[in-house]
Amino acid sequence: MAKKVAIEVTEAVGEAVTLARADVVAAYPITPQSHIAEHLAELVADGELDATYVPVESEHSAMSACLGSSAVGARTFTATSGQGLELMHEVVYVASSMRLPIVMAVCNRALSSPLSVWGDHSDVMSVRDTGWIQIFVENGQETVDNTLCAFRIAEDPRVVLPVMIHLDGFHLSHMIEPIFFPEQNEVDKFIPPYKYPLPLTPEKPVSMGCFGAPFIYPETKKAQEVNLEASKKVILEVWKEFGEKFGRNYSPVEKYHSDGAKTLLLTMGSYSETAMAAMDEMRSEGKDVGLIRIRLWRPFPFAEFREAVKDAEVLVVLDRAISYGGPGGPVCSEVRAALYDQDKKPKIVGFVAGLGGRHITVDGFKYMVNRGKEISQKGSENEFEIYGVRE
Amino acid sequence: MAKKKAAELTWKDLNIGAIVTEPGNASELRTGDWRSQKPVFDLSKCTKCGLCYVYCPEGCIEENAEGYFEPNMYYCKGCGICAAECPRDVVTMVEEKEE
Repeated sequence: MAKKVAIEVTEAVGEAVTLARADVVAAYPITPQSHIAEHLAELVADGELDATYVPVESEHSAMSACLGSSAVGARTFTATSGQGLELMHEVVYVASSMRLPIVMAVCNRALSSPLSVWGDHSDVMSVRDTGWIQIFVENGQETVDNTLCAFRIAEDPRVVLPVMIHLDGFHLSHMIEPIFFPEQNEVDKFIPPYKYPLPLTPEKPVSMGCFGAPFIYPETKKAQEVNLEASKKVILEVWKEFGEKFGRNYSPVEKYHSDGAKTLLLTMGSYSETAMAAMDEMRSEGKDVGLIRIRLWRPFPFAEFREAVKDAEVLVVLDRAISYGGPGGPVCSEVRAALYDQDKKPKIVGFVAGLGGRHITVDGFKYMVNRGKEISQKGSENEFEIYGVRE
Repeated sequence: MAKKKAAELTWKDLNIGAIVTEPGNASELRTGDWRSQKPVFDLSKCTKCGLCYVYCPEGCIEENAEGYFEPNMYYCKGCGICAAECPRDVVTMVEEKEE
């Protein structure tokens, strides 16, 4: 029987990693991820998690240590945030290129300067193209469930890729929520022991992360891209099996009152809960609006996304990061590209909001949806607005 | 199936993460193809001192059956260090021409 516990979401991540029986945790504490690193240190010290905890001196070292432990076949976890993710940046690419199924929780945080420990998606967008599977979660339960799914997806012999779980700093990481934890024996059945196909071992030596001269480098990249694309099928399978076993279902694109709605709002992460409240209010006012939320950010769920917006006339996209000097928000430019070749597509209006932890209220979402519709009617949807900024 | 040369491998032939399972296969990598100059050895002046062998950063100078030292052009990058170090001016650097 699953037990329901009131717990801070970061600590719940530690509990999920314990249930998943991680062998190695290498992490450096950074706000707002610190409680993940600290709670796992406690769990290992108390003997509740039989793992090696590597107290590294930086995030660059954290991910480097993870490469080694994953390569020998140890189930490996790390977590970071904002500047920490930036410091480990170059090693993040190595994990996916070397096909090491590390699981990492990222408590999304704004980037300096000015210094901010609060949440937005600037850190995530800088690792968009690192080749990791990336899942945006909305609440504590989803964080725990997807941390468990992440190990299963990452280690599937058809995938063997690292997975990032993106949870919003503070707005999600520091909430205390009631969360169902499955029993250990149920999790053991769901996540079989990890077996890396070609591990580092003296019995049968291999060379990993070799030099790739121009004659071979493009072949390695094509293999990596095909593999990441193909992982979607397995991600869907794992979510389906999770739903059957644990009764909670996850899909690449979440829909809320969106079927047939003429105006749609698109969000990622925990703000979707506030956005849902806004949709409820607007629906009760008789407005034809709905919400879609992208859960699977990489590999991008093109088919599911196009299906979700097929009846919409206006699509209002929320970004929590700016692509400076570019087309506005990175999510908005990505969904535009995903729809460009479609015969029937909504007008797309981008908003940037919630930077550096600035709150977006229910009224804020209502404003953006109404304003987005207005902008689309004027035909000036190529410009984006930073919502709530003082002029 | 006959073993493919490294430069003929397709993306489907690669191990997971491009892991190399065969030890020492870096010797297949032809580093001699980026040379713009090649060393030409006049062995009539050579005293077999072996300084070129010691200084070659590629490690591609080998001792032949008569005890003379000669570069393996599959690997020689044409850096010219052997020519600079040889006390007897045995080595001359000559422009590579397309063959």
